[in-house]
Amino acid sequence: MEDSFRLRRSLLYVPGNMPSMLQNIPIFESDAVMIDLEDAVPYSEKDAARTLVHSFLSTYRERNKEIFVRINGLKTDWWQQDLLAILPALPDGIRLPEADSPELVEQLDTVLTEFEEELGIDIGHFKILPSIETAEGVINCIKTARSSNRLIGLAFGAEDYTASLEIERTKTGEELFAARTRVVWACKAAGIQAIDTIFSDVSDMEALRRETTLIKTLGFSGKSLVNPRQIEIVHEVFAPKQEEVDYALQVIEAIQKAREMGTGVISLGGKMIDAPVVKRALKILKTAQAHGLIDMPLDEEVIYGHK
Amino acid sequence: MVTNSLGRPLPEHFFGKTVHPYQDPYNRKPVGNHATRPLRRHNPGDKKLLGNLRKAIEASGLRSGMCIATHHHLRNGDALLNLVVREIDNLGLRDIRIASSSVHPVHAELIPFIKKGVISGFECGVNGLIGEMVSRGELDCPIIVRTHGGRARSLITGEVVVDVAFIAAPSCDCYGNMNGFFGPSACGSLGYAFTDAQYARCVVAVTDNLSAAPVTPVSIPQSLVDYVVEVNRLGDPRKIVSTTTQITRDPVGLQIARYAAQVIDASGLLRDGFSFQTGAGGISLAVAEQVRRMMSQAQIKGSFGCGGITGYFVDMLEEGLFRTLFDVQCFDLKAVESIGRNLHHQEMSADTYANPFNAGAMVNLLDCVILGATEIDVDFNVNVNTESNGYLLHNTGGHSDAAAGAKLSIITAPLLRGRLPIIRDTVTTVTTPGRTIDVIVTERGIAVNNHQQELKEELIRRKVPVRDIHELREEACRITGEPHPIEFTDEVVALIEYRDGTIIDAVRKVKE
Repeated sequence: MEDSFRLRRSLLYVPGNMPSMLQNIPIFESDAVMIDLEDAVPYSEKDAARTLVHSFLSTYRERNKEIFVRINGLKTDWWQQDLLAILPALPDGIRLPEADSPELVEQLDTVLTEFEEELGIDIGHFKILPSIETAEGVINCIKTARSSNRLIGLAFGAEDYTASLEIERTKTGEELFAARTRVVWACKAAGIQAIDTIFSDVSDMEALRRETTLIKTLGFSGKSLVNPRQIEIVHEVFAPKQEEVDYALQVIEAIQKAREMGTGVISLGGKMIDAPVVKRALKILKTAQAHGLIDMPLDEEVIYGHK
Repeated sequence: MVTNSLGRPLPEHFFGKTVHPYQDPYNRKPVGNHATRPLRRHNPGDKKLLGNLRKAIEASGLRSGMCIATHHHLRNGDALLNLVVREIDNLGLRDIRIASSSVHPVHAELIPFIKKGVISGFECGVNGLIGEMVSRGELDCPIIVRTHGGRARSLITGEVVVDVAFIAAPSCDCYGNMNGFFGPSACGSLGYAFTDAQYARCVVAVTDNLSAAPVTPVSIPQSLVDYVVEVNRLGDPRKIVSTTTQITRDPVGLQIARYAAQVIDASGLLRDGFSFQTGAGGISLAVAEQVRRMMSQAQIKGSFGCGGITGYFVDMLEEGLFRTLFDVQCFDLKAVESIGRNLHHQEMSADTYANPFNAGAMVNLLDCVILGATEIDVDFNVNVNTESNGYLLHNTGGHSDAAAGAKLSIITAPLLRGRLPIIRDTVTTVTTPGRTIDVIVTERGIAVNNHQQELKEELIRRKVPVRDIHELREEACRITGEPHPIEFTDEVVALIEYRDGTIIDAVRKVKE
């Protein structure tokens, strides 16, 4: 399955220094987790957390979700040791904090390649999810989005962003609108996913629902989360409506007919169905499948035809 | 030494009684009649009200070597048992056995009296320090743990003779009519005390709320009560709630509850007439919340909720999701408040609730019960009495009764607790036999007992994560490592009695 189809509605942060939380990663129903070695871990526990995360990942053999590790930023003294400790345990990717410029992502890309050669695994195995969390990062994000083939998306980080603007974050999020929109543009133009910021008030589920509805409308494909209890709400918001599912099924049926006729374009109800429409339909069906709304095999043959 | 059908080695005698080894949950039926007690005669003008507890103890005829009982409706807020034992000591009596419906951590105050020889044994399970000290050999005091139904049975058959029952009566008149609904120590249902009132050789009502006669509604009538005595306070009803009766916020607990709800949904039992029991723990309440949502959505009208009753059950009654609550014990003050005003919130005796030797207990009519566990083994046997350190820390409650009665008994438990795996090859102590358990729900998957093959297939069809119980055990141990076995001595310090009076397991002194 091409990576851009991968569902990333919910990316849950798990502190890298808390065994009680780490051990429950297999049971959380988020699409991905981001094990945090950065802000959640105090200076005095950086070493211990690396060892702990390494041990956890080594014993977590039947992976049932994507695993990212948020390392310390490239401007700190710790990121190299972070990588040294955790990459041999094969996480799926790295969440790179403070990705203010494309050069930082390129630097990480180079180092990851070296590790992959050393470990004898495919080049490009380790994905990168850069955090866009400063004014500078937002300005540069259009280039950052195209800075590496390893990118699965850009993640907007509102807490640091508002701090860099010296403003307060509100629950309604007017102050984030321009930055969010720019991050979505950057991602869509580069063909990668846009992941929204965390919502930190874990007791206010209604505000979480409102914010998630908003960012879905803006074009984000998922959200970073700070508490497992937030997963259910985010998934509910991202659940496709029945009419969307029905239409997507019609699109897939139409394109399969088209392929049988030897073409990649067909008309459905007077509208032209081509690759981008099929791609969108497939995405809806993938989400529908995750919600148990449909039960059918979905693979890239649907969009690209038989090889 | 004898062995029961589960292979648990038992002593042949304990506490002066012959041990009957457990065989199976449904077939034992001893021959005999209900226990009897002496007739009484009260003439017009005879007074029951005595000046203080000491006078009541003297009037009751309690002597050294006899057996007393209290009820535990005030749970960890109960003051009466400690008060009674202090008075018994003041009177110089010794070698008294306690056959209360349960003993709570607040009763650790009894420890000096056990050491002194005032208390010589428990005909009931204990929660907290007493059990721990007995397990460590620091207290010499035999314990026979009984289920709620089993305790009622043991009084009714006469296996346990209570010489004097001291019944905490939150509302009482001077002729002994009482209820638990009103007064400063209101605890709601007096369900466990009914059997005591009927079978104890002498019944003393103790109240901190002596009211004008007649007290109504009458839960326990004057005709069963020998003496009435007033004390300053029976206890603190705010401590009825021993743990927080709140829906868990723990993501692991919530995941377990979601799976449990899926099991109930798949069982086909959730239809009009549904009957349900669940405890007061955070996970149980989260399951109840899911059941409530499913019932509301599908507009299902249940028949009754049963057992210990919480405010959540009261809400479901008031929303019309159940027609009746059968309440043996109120778990929180919202339930206490409800039972005093709602005729559909019925008080129920422990006998009616769960005694296997009557003409049909309420648990027999249960569709589904949610229960907990400290350990579970690969044969689905459940331990709720001892912990991983081998100490006897918990009473059985209605666990084995409801499991035996309900069509679907579900155990909800995290697969890992602290650093410990909860599913084991064998449990430290068997409380409830695996034959009466249908489904184990953990956060990492659901194990279905072999006798529920249809349900298992339905769950697989619904893509609920059904796992083999051995697989779950291995997964747990892969994470935690194999725990070192606890070492026990040969000395038996307590027996776990099954609801039918047979012995399902023995608790031995821990080697330290």
